[in-house]
Amino acid sequence: MTTLLDLFKSMDYGPAPESPAAVNAWLDDHKRKFGLFINNQWVAPKGGKYYTSYNPATGEALADTFQAGQKDVDAAVAAARAAFGAWSRVPGPARARHLYAIARNIQKHSRLLAVLESMDNGKPIRESRDVDVPLLARHFFYYAGWAQLMETELADYQPVGVIGQIIPWNFPLMMLAWKIAPAIAMGNTVVLKPASYTRLSALLFAEIVAEAGLPEGVVNIITGSSSAGSMIVTHPDVDKIAFTGSTDVGRTLRRQTAGSGKKISLELGGKSPVVVFEDADLDAAVEGVVDAIWFNQGQVCCAGSRLLVQENVAEKFLRKLKRRMGKMRVGDPLDKCIDMGALVDQSQWDTVDYWTKMGAKEGGEVFQPDIPLPAKGQFYKPTLITGLDPAAATVQEEIFGPVLVSLTFRSPEEAIALANNTRYGLAASVWSDNINLALDVASKVKAGAVWVNGHNIFDAAAGFGGYRESGFGREGGREGLFEYVRPAWMPRPRPDFVPPADADAGKWGEHIPARPAGPSAARAGGRVDRTPKMYIGGKQVRPDGAYTLAVLDTGGQVLGQVGDGNRKDIRDAVEAAHAAHLAKPGWAMRHGYNRSQILYFIAENLDARNAEFVKRIVEMTGCTKKSAQAEVDTSVERLFTYAAWADKYGGTIQETTLRGITVAVNEPMGVIGIACPDEYPLLGFVSLMAPAIARGNTVVMIPSQRFPLSATDFYQVLDTSDVPGGVVNIVTGDRDHLTKTLVQHEDVDAVWYFGSAEGSYHVEDESTANMKRTWVGYGLPRDWMDREQGEGHEFLHEATQVKNIWVPTGE
Amino acid sequence: MQSPTPRNPGTPLDLDWVLAAHVNKSAVERRTATLPGRRTVKKDWQAAWLLRAVTCMDLTTLSGDDTPGRVKRLCAKARQPIRPDMLERLGVKDEKITVGAVCVYPSRVKDAVEALKGTGIPVASVATGFPAGQTPLPQRIAEIEQAIEAGAREIDVVISRSHVLTGDWKSLYNEIKQFRQTCGEAAHMKTILATGDLATLKQVQQASLVAMMAGSDFIKTSTGKEAVNATLEVSLVMVRAIREYFERTGHKIGFKPAGGINSAKQALAWQALMKEELGDEWLMPDLFRIGASSLLTDLERQLYHYITGHYAAKHHMPMG
Repeated sequence: MTTLLDLFKSMDYGPAPESPAAVNAWLDDHKRKFGLFINNQWVAPKGGKYYTSYNPATGEALADTFQAGQKDVDAAVAAARAAFGAWSRVPGPARARHLYAIARNIQKHSRLLAVLESMDNGKPIRESRDVDVPLLARHFFYYAGWAQLMETELADYQPVGVIGQIIPWNFPLMMLAWKIAPAIAMGNTVVLKPASYTRLSALLFAEIVAEAGLPEGVVNIITGSSSAGSMIVTHPDVDKIAFTGSTDVGRTLRRQTAGSGKKISLELGGKSPVVVFEDADLDAAVEGVVDAIWFNQGQVCCAGSRLLVQENVAEKFLRKLKRRMGKMRVGDPLDKCIDMGALVDQSQWDTVDYWTKMGAKEGGEVFQPDIPLPAKGQFYKPTLITGLDPAAATVQEEIFGPVLVSLTFRSPEEAIALANNTRYGLAASVWSDNINLALDVASKVKAGAVWVNGHNIFDAAAGFGGYRESGFGREGGREGLFEYVRPAWMPRPRPDFVPPADADAGKWGEHIPARPAGPSAARAGGRVDRTPKMYIGGKQVRPDGAYTLAVLDTGGQVLGQVGDGNRKDIRDAVEAAHAAHLAKPGWAMRHGYNRSQILYFIAENLDARNAEFVKRIVEMTGCTKKSAQAEVDTSVERLFTYAAWADKYGGTIQETTLRGITVAVNEPMGVIGIACPDEYPLLGFVSLMAPAIARGNTVVMIPSQRFPLSATDFYQVLDTSDVPGGVVNIVTGDRDHLTKTLVQHEDVDAVWYFGSAEGSYHVEDESTANMKRTWVGYGLPRDWMDREQGEGHEFLHEATQVKNIWVPTGE
Repeated sequence: MQSPTPRNPGTPLDLDWVLAAHVNKSAVERRTATLPGRRTVKKDWQAAWLLRAVTCMDLTTLSGDDTPGRVKRLCAKARQPIRPDMLERLGVKDEKITVGAVCVYPSRVKDAVEALKGTGIPVASVATGFPAGQTPLPQRIAEIEQAIEAGAREIDVVISRSHVLTGDWKSLYNEIKQFRQTCGEAAHMKTILATGDLATLKQVQQASLVAMMAGSDFIKTSTGKEAVNATLEVSLVMVRAIREYFERTGHKIGFKPAGGINSAKQALAWQALMKEELGDEWLMPDLFRIGASSLLTDLERQLYHYITGHYAAKHHMPMG
């Protein structure tokens, strides 16, 4: 037996267990069997199936939880729907009191929540106690504030309705908070499904919410398998889906909701870089790596799983890192003296181990420290794989475990290139004591969260969410509110298109090139032929396919001709749009003042041709001159609006708990493909192009298919307004045919589509090619002449993605 | 110090190394904020660690009103820091548990040496114009000589903060090297950086490196007289400098936080810092000291609680 004297000499660590007694008593209170939490009641329909939750550190069964079926999902959605009417009308300050009460009640039960979370998930009690649960409370406090302020600060918005929320197993409580707090703050009601592996803390949370006095039906929690998740996602009475989880599942959910008019936000996977420069505090960066990849056993969507170290300090840095890894303690999650607990499940362990072995197979050198692991339970050593190249699958794929891959770079440019050499874009950290370098890299890494000299720092006041295939939408901060509100004028879209069971994108957008349309009275009389080409890279170019589409007036007479674009025209236009970003200075890198000057110039030149554009609209659409005049005047005004916004939407300072500066930057999406509506051939075009380019995007515009000539007339306006080539590209032709190529294009960052309901369905469905953000009209009317509907924050929101840059300060 | 650890011969002043220092304050703060929560010891382990902390204490009195009687009483506590009945129940009565050293002003060295005769407990003396170091160099050096003459075997020197604040690393190096030469073989030298007077953590790191290059056996945070004394942040920076110096030169330098450490919980946090950042060797008295006085009572009380399960009264622990 070890005596105190032995310990006095060895100075070893010993067990420091947190007691599971209160959690066990709580589980026993429920006879270790849980139903669903609907309308603040536990319900467990007879004959239902149950699923057993296990403690991954010990393998012991914790409790049985209900497997919801369709009827149960229907009941939960019905409860949320019934509660929505009253809850959405509760004044903001009254809702704020409810959120405040929940936050307080979380604090009052904080240790019970933390211990349960560790037992169910396997994460160290230190983390659940010091990170997960405090952030759970923090989110409710933060969004209590937005409930209080909604009526004044978001006066132009309304709640969305019933929200279906599906959360992962890695941060069961934190993800629940990120989902529920903003939703109910904005007056929505919720049906939330926790992940199968980790259901228990959500059920305890349900009791805590009920104890805090939240009205029935506002928060409903149902447990079940992924099929229950699908039932929520496809339920017709759900108005929005919020999901955090893998990119693969996110892709499925995007497909399942396509064309339905449901809002959706997806927070998906990542392979986030940790970029260490030679002038970093290397010891600090080593701890940063610990925070980045071994926090929560590496089961973190924003885990810093790709280490990029400047070549001249790489050897030293890796030596320090390996030494530090030797100090890691892996063991009982309820032990207060451990760094890493258990992986959530055996299957997860197998996946992680598969990747480690794959790393070795791909030529990497695998390092695991010589530290003890418990004899049983799903524990995994912290793992470092060096010597791999970017081409290795281990470097490209998300492992979602405590496995770090390491690469080196030579220069800041190369560091940025490697950091961005990924399909993901969730997070990044930059380590340098040189402010010029650190902030420059932070601004160039494509990721929703960038930490300078830190990693995995979170707070409710800053949004979190991805670029690229890491998803879209933000959770946290003011930006997180917009996932849970809809413009006040806009009803819930109910598109009149139901995709057939065998919906086949192959047929949508098929197009046989146009043929001659017959004699043209309008073009008779020997006038000089004037047929617009495509407008790509600032030049007029012939359509690749050399086909021509006739433009008919409302009487069926040929009014003119435009090029009948094909996939290659779209390809060329997208390349030109990217080239406009790579130019020096790239469009996004120009300052807002410069972009505003160009927008004013466009307005000026459009107005100079006012009469000509009015005439064209009348010819094409047959509308009155008065109405065409209004359209042109409004178009000029709209250009002024976005010239105004060009230097007034850069972002905000977030008031997080960080000492230092947290900046939310509204970055451009990049390249946006835009299919314009048929109504208002000029105003629709201008209303979509202007916000996109004002905020630094470059665009590929598909004008109104029926009335394209206002857009093609616009070439000359662009040419005379100092718009750099490639910023605005215009491809005419069959809208859906061209849109299909755009939406399937994996180097297009967003697609806006204002065509039919069917097309909207396909755009949302096909966007899963690269999980691009979409904004569609569902074939529903929008009054482009109306300022509320035709311009403003909704447009700016769609034109940008928020990057939060965390800059701790202090010398 | 009956130490198996070889002394630090020092190195030439390597300015490239000193000037390449990088310390990120926020990251340092994150590490120190989370470390005590990551590394908790309980029950037998905690008792063993607390007992170890006792042996690492430089039991200190540095006051204007120190008298021979006060020093004698402190030395008595140094010889018998924990009640014998408690040592017996802890199963360590044969271990000769004493503090690491007794630390006094030069004028009180003689009193302390007398009081500790035959115990093997070294007497440490502050010197070189402690605490401010603002007296002429010859006098500061003379203080070292006198303290050694009086029987001190450890000398805690203070540096000229102005050399650090002005970046005059050469003068700092030369000054400390002279102190070290004066200590010679007779006494180990702890160099007090007085980090509360330094402007940045980077300066703390740089001063640590220079002090080690100049031959210090220990580097020490504070005199106890600055507005801010030992903090985990400056300690982290200093122990990382020790690690770096060891990795580059192979010489092991000791660390002594001093001032403001008065609870067992704090002592455990510092021990965790040493174990994590440097290793187990740096938990033993030849490489780790805590400069404190009232800490001892709290250590004793916590040990009492471990033994009996009762919270202890201060007045049940013999005064030092």
